Amino acid sequence: MRKMIRTGIIGLAAMFALAGCGSGDPLDSGESSATGKGEPIVIGSQDYYSSEIISEVYAQALEAEGYSVDRQFRIGQREVYVPELESGDIDLFPEYTGPLLQYWEPDTEARLSDDVYESLKKAAPDGLRVLEQSPATDQDSYTVTKEFAERWGVETIDDLAKVTEPMTMGANSEAEERPNGPKGLKETYGVDVGFTPIEDSGGPLTVKALNDGSIQLAIIYTADPTIAQNKLVSIKDTEGLFLASHVVPLASDNVDQGAEDVINKVSAAMQPEDLLNMNRRSVADQLPASEIAREWLRKADLG
Amino acid sequence: MSLFLDALQWLAEPTHWSGANGIGTRLGEHVFITLLVVVVAAVIALPVGIAVGHTGRGRTLVVGVLGAARAVPTLGLLTLLGLWLGIGLKAPVIALIILAIPSLLAGAYAGVESANRTVVDAARAVGMSEGQLIRRVELALGAPVIIGGVRAAVLQVIATATLAAYTADVGLGRYLFAGLKTRDYAQMLAGAILVAVLAVLAEILLAMWQRRARRKASPAARERQDSELSGNGSQV
Repeated sequence: MRKMIRTGIIGLAAMFALAGCGSGDPLDSGESSATGKGEPIVIGSQDYYSSEIISEVYAQALEAEGYSVDRQFRIGQREVYVPELESGDIDLFPEYTGPLLQYWEPDTEARLSDDVYESLKKAAPDGLRVLEQSPATDQDSYTVTKEFAERWGVETIDDLAKVTEPMTMGANSEAEERPNGPKGLKETYGVDVGFTPIEDSGGPLTVKALNDGSIQLAIIYTADPTIAQNKLVSIKDTEGLFLASHVVPLASDNVDQGAEDVINKVSAAMQPEDLLNMNRRSVADQLPASEIAREWLRKADLG
Repeated sequence: MSLFLDALQWLAEPTHWSGANGIGTRLGEHVFITLLVVVVAAVIALPVGIAVGHTGRGRTLVVGVLGAARAVPTLGLLTLLGLWLGIGLKAPVIALIILAIPSLLAGAYAGVESANRTVVDAARAVGMSEGQLIRRVELALGAPVIIGGVRAAVLQVIATATLAAYTADVGLGRYLFAGLKTRDYAQMLAGAILVAVLAVLAEILLAMWQRRARRKASPAARERQDSELSGNGSQV
């Protein structure tokens, strides 16, 4: 019994340790710059490398304009950090329109980009506001191999109806019950697929399974550089099964008009390809977020 | 505590017991994987362990390799194997076999080695061949320790076989992952309880087997051995 518990604990610890691994130096994110106007703006980020990069872009853009910032990166999931924003401990946070709207309004009907953004503006509680949404998106998508797409002429999710072979979807186990899994696919598009769990959130095991043909459909983030690297294609979601998910800054009243203008300029300049490129610099080249952010700001002429 | 009650309630729900994702199916899959892994690992580990214990050769090498093998993190190994073999059962089964081998191998060589040397020499003196010596003397005397190795391996495999659900639609680990990701902690705890119950049942069965082997190995010392047994489960 003791042995079993020990094995279990070690297994769990290993799981969390592995899940927590990522690129980027955790020591890099604690510093705050002392110069600038008034109280520092506290910037947070999700525990997701791409979110950390965007936060770092905000931080450096603000610093370039003389604001002082306090970096509180890699905080965790929405359930943890949104209350901190609401209580005023964090001032600025890069968010994603769809998932954030669903956090505040789980039953929202909005799916397409502008609807989601408008609803989000109304859903934000007092003391918090969303700034301009960026063209850059990072959302779940059904992904297939290029070969599969060409063989069956699949460009949109509707086209899956043309596939006569049985298909299996591979994704984290939560997808099995969620609206973006096989159930939602059946309801919204009338397409039947099987399901197999692959618990690496669209990571290398999922890509391998796609390439092996063990699964035909996977749920992978559109801004994931592995899509391009592995000749995969995200198929179009014409019915809005997945919520539009644009990068959008969530700000508290501590973010003044000047800072808002700086961040809005950054959001407007950040294109989907830019986000993809920055993610690639992190995943493929293992560069720290600060360097990736500096590089992009210089290129976009904002740093 | 209420979480624990929720988990029990989850377990009591009849709809959770039937179907392809039902507890019956998942338990069956879990037991099947465990048996498969332990049998394959035993076929690999026991002959090697017995040879090492009997001849005393290669002991340093085996101890060193076992020490290293015990430190291999199974989830890491599973991911690596998965990237090589693809998803499905192959990768978790191989990773679990590698998890089970050290305990089995250590039990085998320690068991054979533990056979009283005077008895072994006496057996040799009465003209037993090396094969007879191993079968009739060393294995018989070492059986309790060897079974101790099996006990340790089975427990580790039952607990860790939950990882099979990382890349396959198999086993009790499905409840753990699904519960964890959807914050359905009642389901997650229910899965953990099922794994624990399965482990305890296996432990009881193997302990009984071990006790029988111990009585057979040294009938004279029955009393002493029995009292020792209670605290001396899977140590090898």
